[in-house]
Amino acid sequence: MSENNTLETSRRAPASQQSQSIVPPLNAQAIGGQVSLTIDGQEVKVPLGTTILDAALKIGAHIPTLCHHPDLCVAGVCRICSVEVEGMRTLQAACAFPITAPIKVKTHTAKVRLARRHIVDLLLSDHYGECYTCRRNNNCELQSLAREHGVDYFRFGHPEKPAHKIDTSSYSVVRDLNKCVLCRRCVRTCIDLQEVGTIEVVGRSDNSHITPFLDKPLGDVVCINCGQCINRCPTGALHAQDYTDEVWAAIDDPKKHVVIQTAPSPRAAIGECFGLPAGKALTFELNTALRRAGFDMVFDTNFTADLTILEEGTELLLRLKKALLLREPAAFPQFTSCSPGWVKYLEHFYPEYIPNLSTAKSPQQMFGAVIKTYYAEKHGIDPKDIVTVALMPCSAKKFECNRPEMDDSGFKDVDYGLTTRELAKMIRESGIHLPDMPKSDFDHPFGTATGSGVIFGATGGVMEAALRTVIELVCGIKVEDLFEHANIKPVRGFEGVRYVELPITTVGPVPDMLKHLFPHWNFLKGATLKVAVAHGTANAKKVMEDIKKGGQFSKCHFIEFMGCPGGCIGGGGQPIPTSPEIRAARAAAIYAEDAVYEIRKSHENPDVARIYGEFLSDGPCGQKSHKLLHTHYTARGKYID
Amino acid sequence: MNSIPTFSSMNPEAGLAKALGMPRPDIIAEISASGLKGRGGAGFPTGVKWNFAASAKADRKYIICNADEGEPGTFKDRVLLQEYADLVFEGMTIAAKAVGAKEGILFLRGEYTYLRSHLEAVLQSRREKKLLGKDVLGANFEFDIRIFMGAGAYICGEETALIECLEGFRGEPRNRPPFPVNTGFLDRPSVVNNVETLAWAACILQQGADWFKSKGTEKSTGIKIFSISGDCARPGVYEFPMGISVAELLKHVGGQNARAVQIGGASGQCIPASEFKRSIAFEDIPTGGSVIVFGPHRDMLDVLHNFLEFFLDESCGQCTPCRLGNRKLLEGVEMLQAGTCSMAYLQELCALGESMQLSSKCGLGQSSPCAFLSVVKHFRDELMGRTDHLTHA
Repeated sequence: MSENNTLETSRRAPASQQSQSIVPPLNAQAIGGQVSLTIDGQEVKVPLGTTILDAALKIGAHIPTLCHHPDLCVAGVCRICSVEVEGMRTLQAACAFPITAPIKVKTHTAKVRLARRHIVDLLLSDHYGECYTCRRNNNCELQSLAREHGVDYFRFGHPEKPAHKIDTSSYSVVRDLNKCVLCRRCVRTCIDLQEVGTIEVVGRSDNSHITPFLDKPLGDVVCINCGQCINRCPTGALHAQDYTDEVWAAIDDPKKHVVIQTAPSPRAAIGECFGLPAGKALTFELNTALRRAGFDMVFDTNFTADLTILEEGTELLLRLKKALLLREPAAFPQFTSCSPGWVKYLEHFYPEYIPNLSTAKSPQQMFGAVIKTYYAEKHGIDPKDIVTVALMPCSAKKFECNRPEMDDSGFKDVDYGLTTRELAKMIRESGIHLPDMPKSDFDHPFGTATGSGVIFGATGGVMEAALRTVIELVCGIKVEDLFEHANIKPVRGFEGVRYVELPITTVGPVPDMLKHLFPHWNFLKGATLKVAVAHGTANAKKVMEDIKKGGQFSKCHFIEFMGCPGGCIGGGGQPIPTSPEIRAARAAAIYAEDAVYEIRKSHENPDVARIYGEFLSDGPCGQKSHKLLHTHYTARGKYID
Repeated sequence: MNSIPTFSSMNPEAGLAKALGMPRPDIIAEISASGLKGRGGAGFPTGVKWNFAASAKADRKYIICNADEGEPGTFKDRVLLQEYADLVFEGMTIAAKAVGAKEGILFLRGEYTYLRSHLEAVLQSRREKKLLGKDVLGANFEFDIRIFMGAGAYICGEETALIECLEGFRGEPRNRPPFPVNTGFLDRPSVVNNVETLAWAACILQQGADWFKSKGTEKSTGIKIFSISGDCARPGVYEFPMGISVAELLKHVGGQNARAVQIGGASGQCIPASEFKRSIAFEDIPTGGSVIVFGPHRDMLDVLHNFLEFFLDESCGQCTPCRLGNRKLLEGVEMLQAGTCSMAYLQELCALGESMQLSSKCGLGQSSPCAFLSVVKHFRDELMGRTDHLTHA
């Protein structure tokens, strides 16, 4: 039923910034592909081609790093990981040195220690700013290196004035080159991990700096706001636009009714900002903390995630009806639209595929529209006095809520998007230690959520949620009959691209909610639903190129795309650091949360049924929901004046 | 014309004809036996390099001639390409035969654009003479050469940066290992040789390894072409056997009253008069051929300032020690000039220079402090003389 896909990709980063293929020695077979070496006198056996850095980890030797990142290809540019290899004239970068022979390595000789301290001294001589005014204070790799390497004064000086203007032109990402250490992790993230290529190194020597095309401001170039660069910046050179002061001002204003919605991914990660290991969701502790911090209402974005499933699922069924029943052209595959990084990526790189993008707004934006209409009406609050805040794992959500078309409620649907990091700061500012909070529930009328909404946070989650609903609505059977515990495992996991086929063998009666749209499901009987999942725009690009060529993915009906590697749990607004292990732990927390929900399917959410009954009375994809819950897109293209 | 008598005395294409009749391992054995070492300055044994590339398995291999002659004070490759281009191309063709390459690339320094039409004409005439192309000299061997223009970055003379540049990327050195002989241009095994190395390879095939070995020293065999400039009566391009002493060389060019010479260009060493009896050879003072003579009136701090400005301009900016270290060394020289550098700080800068030599990613950062360290070592009194109000405070 499931099938993993590995499509060939051509990486765009130059080889100087890539790990290169290791040519094993001719006797590799004879020595079993393993090689023994000594590190600080200790013997260790590793597979051929292992780097000195990884080999040292095996014996617990900590070699400092700066330009190295577990998600990225090798760079070997900062040189802080320099070690001595016996018989070699110069020190070697442990992160970039593949072991192919039984070498002897020393990781902390006098030469090594002095070279490392000089490297830190040099970086500080070019690093403007004081730690105590920096957003990354206490979570900065340069600061840690200075501490670890006994930097006791600015040996080679310290800049007294900033050399660069801070670029605040983007709604999402702020660039402060005065703090840049030129590790190029952001460049490798953008070019190699995400294959967007917004920023590059320009200039030589001490004039080299990282910049968008022609030194333009970030807000004026092709940037998808995914914030993956922020997550991988070792210093405070990159951070998200911070709206916490504005949110505090709204909380402090007695006339304002401040409503916050929280998404599942930040709830699964915010504990990391309070010293907890990755993988512990603090959903209900957070509810208490937010009320104590001063928010008037705390809602669960899962509610509109469920709403998204119904709108987007209905849209898919309508497209299928158009194609299979009415025999009219319909844009397939339908693409998900809940990831604003992905949406902007498509608008820039594949604008001709905008008709394929679901018109359903993202859960964040649906919630904003519902709060300022349905909720305001129900509670008799003037929507102009409502301030909607969204806790998101995402920097692109900040851009999304500022899109000019996102005002269908008559007001700006979502006023402020906060990242996990910003909210953690607000909670700390309130003197609250989040893990110690008692648990409390979400507020009504959106208090009931389903497991389907929770799993939106992990790659494959939207697809799984949609399939749970579509299977039941169409086939008239319980999804549990097909998949144990309704866990549609084929769409889960971290492979870059996944492809699943689901044959529809039986169809049931059309549920009441959809009767006005579909006379029967016979047109789907015998059809095979083909779906796919891709996360990270580099994987999205592979799928899009395949679709352009008319390949396997062009035959799909529905494809989930997430802009960030791992989906929302790896979003650009999540706690720093990130790594494959951290993202896997966050995803595990999300699936664990899903498993304990009583209701795990979006269409069974009674609050969702009620809003269709009371407010969106012409049903999913009806006129009212079209006005409030759907949107349109902008063909941006790759070339911007 | 005829700047280099040995090259002028060669029979055109005799080496190539001989090589085409030899099995590949024998060509490499001949080069190895000659003891030829890379003439760009690093001195890597050419036979070993060719052998690595020959034994690497790949669908395609490349012969790249490094004509990005950028080292300050070096201009011999320019003369070689102007007057003996055939010899250089012959050397490339022999290398191609030896390692099994079909394509050669001449990476020509951006500033040498004026040589391009001449070189294209030479290549064309070689094609017409069946010295390049599908069936070289009827020997069932295919090879051709194209010219790629550099864009003016010194760092592209470093072989892996050169390959990055060839691939269309920013010219920056790669991590080594792997080496170009395994993973070079387009990830294929690539031999990158200096212009002069290839010319000598052609001569060695023609005259034999013993002829080459009979000149020079045991560890540095053969003849070396020098670019000699600065405060001497007869600057220019010269050929001398390896192992020649600095004093003897100065006598030839009329620079006997020099107070110091810079050997190996800006990234080389500064040799004071007291050490002129040392010999220029890989086992003593290695060189790519640049010799800059400093007369008695030269201020060594000015010299140093000039070199460090050059490096600060030409560092690719990739690795920390080189990007920021050169700036600190230059600032140090300016402090020395202004008499505001303390002994303690000078010590610190020397330690920094040593760290740069050890921890920089490529040869540029590893050698840019050499001039600073050797001037500080040999001319310390002169430098510190300007800071006596500090040292005697």
